[in-house]
Amino acid sequence: MALQINVMVGGEAGQGVQSIGFILAKSLARGGYHIFADQDYESRIRGGHNFYRVRAADSPISAIADAIDILVALNIETISLHQKELDPKGVIIFDIEKVKDAAGLKNAFGVPLDRLATESAGDKLMANTVALGAALGLVRYDLEIIGQVLVEFFKNAEVAEKNIKATRAGYEYVRDNFKGSFDSRLSPISKTKRMLLNGNEAMALGAIAAGCKFMAAYPMTPVTSIMEYLAAKADEFGLVVVPAEDEIAAINMTIGAGYAGARAMTATSGSGFCLMVEGLGLAAITETPIVVVEGQRPGPAIGLPTRTEQGDLQFVLYAHQGDFPRAVLAPNTIEDCFWLTVKAFNLADKYQTPVIVMTDHVLATSYTTVDKFDLSKVTIDRGLLLSASEPNDAEYKRYKITPSGISPRAFPGQGKALVVADSDEHDEAGHLIEDAETRTQMMDKRMRKLTGLSKEVATPEVYGPKQADTLLIGWGSTCGAIREATDILNKHGASVSCLSLNELWPFPAEAVSNILNNAKRSFVIENNATGQLARLIRTETGIKVSGNILKYDGRPFTPDSIAQAVRKEAR
Amino acid sequence: MVTVADYTGIPSAWCPGCGNFGILNAVKKALVELAIEPHQVLLVSGIGQAGKLPHYTKGNVFNSLHGRPVPPAIGAGIANPELNVIAFSGDGDAYGEGGNHFIHAMRRNHNLTYLVHDNQVYALTKGQASPTSDQGFITKTTPYGAAPPVNPIALGIIAGASLVARGFSGNIEHLTSLIKASITHKGFALIDILQPCVSFNHVNTFSWYKERVYKVEEEAGYDSTNRTAALVKAEEWGQRIPIGVIYKADRPTYEEQLPALKKGALVGQKIEPGQAEKLLDELL
Repeated sequence: MALQINVMVGGEAGQGVQSIGFILAKSLARGGYHIFADQDYESRIRGGHNFYRVRAADSPISAIADAIDILVALNIETISLHQKELDPKGVIIFDIEKVKDAAGLKNAFGVPLDRLATESAGDKLMANTVALGAALGLVRYDLEIIGQVLVEFFKNAEVAEKNIKATRAGYEYVRDNFKGSFDSRLSPISKTKRMLLNGNEAMALGAIAAGCKFMAAYPMTPVTSIMEYLAAKADEFGLVVVPAEDEIAAINMTIGAGYAGARAMTATSGSGFCLMVEGLGLAAITETPIVVVEGQRPGPAIGLPTRTEQGDLQFVLYAHQGDFPRAVLAPNTIEDCFWLTVKAFNLADKYQTPVIVMTDHVLATSYTTVDKFDLSKVTIDRGLLLSASEPNDAEYKRYKITPSGISPRAFPGQGKALVVADSDEHDEAGHLIEDAETRTQMMDKRMRKLTGLSKEVATPEVYGPKQADTLLIGWGSTCGAIREATDILNKHGASVSCLSLNELWPFPAEAVSNILNNAKRSFVIENNATGQLARLIRTETGIKVSGNILKYDGRPFTPDSIAQAVRKEAR
Repeated sequence: MVTVADYTGIPSAWCPGCGNFGILNAVKKALVELAIEPHQVLLVSGIGQAGKLPHYTKGNVFNSLHGRPVPPAIGAGIANPELNVIAFSGDGDAYGEGGNHFIHAMRRNHNLTYLVHDNQVYALTKGQASPTSDQGFITKTTPYGAAPPVNPIALGIIAGASLVARGFSGNIEHLTSLIKASITHKGFALIDILQPCVSFNHVNTFSWYKERVYKVEEEAGYDSTNRTAALVKAEEWGQRIPIGVIYKADRPTYEEQLPALKKGALVGQKIEPGQAEKLLDELL
C-alpha cells in the first residue's frame, strides 16, 4: 500500500476514547480509505486506561499495525504507556496545560484541549473532540466530511454543532501553530461507500438476513452487542430476543424455539458456553437446529474478560458427553462473520444439529470497511421438511431412519402430525427406549449426518505463491495479520504462503494434508498457549507442523510481530 | 369430538399405585373437557418419573434435560403462541435443578402451565431427600434428617406467577379443574401437585395427604386475589394443607408484550434476506 496511517487515541474510561476513535474511523472511511480499528479496554466503567487504534490505508487491510503515527493522549498516562510505540516520525497530541514540564517530551505537540473545548463549545467535556480535530488537522483532512459524520453520530443537532465547533478549534489550532516535521497528508481518495462495521454487527446482520426469528442470551463480553443489535431491530424484523436468566436457560430456550420451527440462536463467551454445554447435547440428540456464537476471551474461568484469545477450540470441538455430529465455523474476517452466520443457519436446518460459530474479542469488536454485502447471494435452506401434503400424517415419525441420517422435519402444531422429541435415546417415533438394537441404529443414523456435513465444508484456499518454502497456518481472527505478515516476508525475499481456516469441523483433512505435504516447513500461529489448531491438524491428518507461534497475553498479533517470529523460527 | 381414548400413549413404566397416574388422568380429562386436540398441545418435560408423563399420553412432546423443561417450553411458546404449552417436572427437577428457571419464568409471567409432581422425595434415584422433603426426613443422603424445605407456593407468589395452585393427585376431579383453569389462564400457572410415592416416601403417604388436604375455595371468605392472604395461606403446612387456587393475579404476559408476535407466530413468518438491505445502508 502506498499510503497508510495509524492513529491511537488513549485515555480513561469515560473520556470519550471510543467515541472519537469511531468518528475518526468513520470520517476516514467516508473519504474512501480502508480501515481497521480496534479497541483495548479494561473491565471497568470509569477510569483505568483505554485506547482505540485506527489504521487507514489506500488498499484493503485486515489487522492493526505496530507503529503509531499520531498518538492522541487524552490523559498523561497515555504518553508514558505508548510513547515507545510511536514511529520516529510520529507526533503525540496532548493537553499542554495539563503537563508542567512539556519540554522533555519528544515528538510531542501540545494543544490546550480543555481550554479550546470551553472556548469553542462552552463545554470542557468536549476536549476529546478538540483532540480529534487536532489529529485530523495534522493531516489536513476534509473538515466537511468530519462534520457530516458528527451530525450522524450525535443525532441531536445542537450537540453535533457544538462538537463541530470543538473539532474545528482543534483542527485550526494545529494547522496554524504546528511547526514540526509531520508530512503525512490525508485527503479523500474516492467516493466509494463502504460499510464500517464490527464482527458482532456482521454476525447480527447475518442472522437477520438468514431469517433468525429468536434469540435468547445472557450478556457477556465480547458478544453482548449481537444481542443488543438484534434487540434494537426486533420489532422491525419480527424477531424476539429474550434476556435469559442464565446461559443454561438461554440455550434451552433457543432449543425450544428451534424445535417449534423458528430459526434460533444464542451467543456467549467461553465460560457462558461452559454452562451451555449441557444444552448442546440436548440439541444434538433431539436433532434440533440451533446456532451458537462462541466469542472467545482469555480463560480459564474469568481470565481476562475484555481481552482476546483463541483458547476454546479444543473445548468447542469436543464439548459435551457422548458422540454427535456438529459443525464448527470460525470466521477469519468481519465479512466472513456475516456469510458464515448465514451458512450456520443453513447447516443447522439441513443437518438438524447444533452449529457453533467461533469468534473472539478482536473479531467481535474491531471495525473494518467492507463492501456492502450482496443480499441476493444469501440462500435460505431449511432442509428436509415434511411435505405440505403430509402434515396430518398420524404415523409421522420424527426420527425416521434414512440413508442420509436426516429425517423429514415437522413443526409442532403445523398439522395433525405429532412431533415427539426426546433427550433419552428413542425410537423413530421419538419415544424413549432401552434396547441395544434401537440405540445402535439411532446413533448410526445421527452420525451418518457427518458424511453429508463433511461435503458442505468449503475447500480452504492458500494465499500467496503456489510453491513456497514456508506455510503459515491460522484460523479465526489471526488470519488477517498472518496474511499481511506473508506479504511482508515475501516483500523481503522470503518464500511464504498462508492457509487460513474458517471451517474447522468437520475438518477438511484431505485438503489440509495436500497443502501441508506441499510445504517444506509449516508454522501454526494461534492466540493460545498450547497450539490447539496444530493439535487438531495432527489428530486429523497425522501431520506434525514444524512449529507453533503462540501468544496468550490477551493481545492480538500484529503483522510485523508475526513476520519477526517467523524469521526467528525459520533461522 | 376429542375423547380420552385419543390421548392414549405408550404403556407406562411407573410403579403400580403411583401418584403419577392420578395426574396423568387429570391431564387427559382436562384437555378433553377443553376440547383441545393432541396436535394443539405441546407437552414439555424434564427428567424423573414426572418427565415420562408426555410419553404416556398424546401430543407434541419435548422431553428435555433434568431441571430444564421450562426454558424450552418458553422458547417453543414464543415461536408458536398457538400451541397450548404444558411443562411437567418433579420436585427435584423444578425446585432443585431448575430453581433459577422456575423463579425467572414466573417473574416474566410467560404464558405457560407448569405441573410439578411433588412427592417430596427423589424417587428415580431410589429415595433421597428432595428440596421439598419435610425437615428431618431421614434418607440415605440425609441420615441426620433433611434441611427445611422450599415453599413452592410462597415462592410462586413472591416470584410473580399469576396463578399459583396446589393439587392432590388423590382428587382427580379437583385436579382436573385446576389444570383446566391453568390452561385457560393467561400467564404463568403453577400447580404444585401432592403426589404420594408408594415406593420411597413412607411418611407423606396417600392417607397422610388425604387426612390433611382441604379446598381453599370452600373456606368462607377466602379471596385468592388477595396477595397477603395468599401468602398466609402459603405458610400453612402440617395438620391442614390447603389445595386449590391459592393465588391469582391479572398481569400482562411476557408474550403479549412482544411486538414481533403481533404479526403472528414466528414460525409462520416468511424469510426475506433482502429486507436487511436498509440495515446495510445504515452502516455506509
